[in-house]
Amino acid sequence: MDDQRRVLGRSLIDTGGIVTAAAESAFELACADAGVRRSDVVYVVGTGYGRYKVTFGDTQVTEISCHARGGQYLFPKTRTVLDIGGQDTKAIKIGPEGQVLDFSMNDKCAAGTGRFLGAAAMALDIPLGELGPLALVAKNPVKITTTCTVFAETEIINWLARGKKVEDVLMGVHQAIATRSISLLRRVGVEDELTFTGGVTRNVAMVQILGEMLETHLNVSEEAHYMGAIGASLFALEKALSGAAGAVEAMTVGARLDSTRAAGGDCEICPELPDRKFHDAQERLAKPPQLIQIGRIGEVAKT
Amino acid sequence: MIMVVGIDVGATYTKALALDEEKNVIGRSMVKTGFNLAGAAERGYAEVLASAGLAEEEVDYVASTGYGRYVVPMRDLQITELTCHAKGAWYQFPNTRTVLDVGGQTVKAIKLDERGKVRSFRLNDKCAAGTGAFLEKTARYMGLDPAEIGSLAMVSTQPVTISSVCAVFAESEVINHLTSGTRPEDIMYGAVLSLAGRAHQLMKRVGMEPEFTFCGGMSRNEAFVKAIKHELGAPVNVPDGDKGHFNGALGAGLLALDRVRKLQAAGEWTNRSHRAAQGVSA
Repeated sequence: MDDQRRVLGRSLIDTGGIVTAAAESAFELACADAGVRRSDVVYVVGTGYGRYKVTFGDTQVTEISCHARGGQYLFPKTRTVLDIGGQDTKAIKIGPEGQVLDFSMNDKCAAGTGRFLGAAAMALDIPLGELGPLALVAKNPVKITTTCTVFAETEIINWLARGKKVEDVLMGVHQAIATRSISLLRRVGVEDELTFTGGVTRNVAMVQILGEMLETHLNVSEEAHYMGAIGASLFALEKALSGAAGAVEAMTVGARLDSTRAAGGDCEICPELPDRKFHDAQERLAKPPQLIQIGRIGEVAKT
Repeated sequence: MIMVVGIDVGATYTKALALDEEKNVIGRSMVKTGFNLAGAAERGYAEVLASAGLAEEEVDYVASTGYGRYVVPMRDLQITELTCHAKGAWYQFPNTRTVLDVGGQTVKAIKLDERGKVRSFRLNDKCAAGTGAFLEKTARYMGLDPAEIGSLAMVSTQPVTISSVCAVFAESEVINHLTSGTRPEDIMYGAVLSLAGRAHQLMKRVGMEPEFTFCGGMSRNEAFVKAIKHELGAPVNVPDGDKGHFNGALGAGLLALDRVRKLQAAGEWTNRSHRAAQGVSA
């Protein structure tokens, strides 16, 4: 990104098992795409799950703050961001300047994330890219009653064994994810405009169902997958231009909210589960996250 | 002689016990539940009768429990699995105050009062975390047969920490451990320990008090028993052999006997072929 906030170059690669190497090659590729030398880059911000593995990064910013900032960049009237990725789902409430006001996140449980779709795709033996279009032809969607992805695999097979059509089962799966995402959104409050980001935005059925269930329009951008990176670039730019406390303040806002959230209650999805599923961010910010991302998950996230 | 059957239709297995009026177990059966719950109940019932050498008309009362208790065609009574597990555990270990039941798809912690009545309970049946399904998934990620879990985990010397709560997300963690050269037994026992930790949290939430009794299908897994004892740092009652797995069915059978006695006391019990006479069926 240049100092006029224009995106000059980009790259998108599989994270794989070696996160530092992925960060390194993505950086090289983005520089090549922009036609700039490495040394021309004055400031690098790492974000996302592997942000601490961006070893050449000048600083790290949580993906919450970056998605908020990226959402506001792509759709300036954004007040709520829903991000459904391959392994987590976030609902973020943002202010007019793209600052984080509140957020809610599930990264402990595959229910309501892209991973649930991935599991359904595997159980039904359908490529991820075909899930959305197929679900849209459903006439009598079934109701998926299990929350857990593991149990839902069994439920899916059970429905098929009882003679339900694949599309009707699939639509049920999409509705289940949408319902979970919306419950996360309600925790922060839905305010227009709503911007939908993350890998699952590529699924047409999810975009449509979320719009219907929320009775609102969803901003969806071709750039949705880059939202976090755009936000990180904007933070890097601010930092490079000012070096002032303003940028740092914006970056730490997410962290403070994280600590209030961490003091909150148990998981709403599954109140009986002894573990809090909603992200204990205070702990997470205190130390680099344990990286457990590997190829297969990346593939789910990608499509 | 009064004969009763307790049948526990679990998410994974259907267990049935036949009891006589002296509470002696005279027959038992265990079949895979599968998709057709009523079918599993019928097969389990037929097998328990064969095992006990009883004809259908010799059975006086049938109590069902478990996840599929409402679809058991031959039942006279259905009882929640909490009540049945409490009853079974109390009968097997009369000083039990806290029951832990870990099955294929659920985990329960039940606190009992001095008379064996359920005082409070906590359960997780929404999520594979902490259940046998978590271990089964872990085994499958490593290409192992779930039947090997117990014996493999027992030889672990340096268990790793499995930090994922979600059985789905644990996959990448398991693969990461494998690629970094961790031995499968250390991953497996790590997963068992994480389950024991989760079970302990559930027990704390009911206000656990000794004695502790551990039952359910997972109580047959020697590694899990070892992990639970380690986690609680206290003695734990574990029924011998497969008795822990039949605990719910036992509780249902005992409650069926109680019911018969009650009906007899109230003068409402007709005769031993009461079921046949009333044509009890689905």
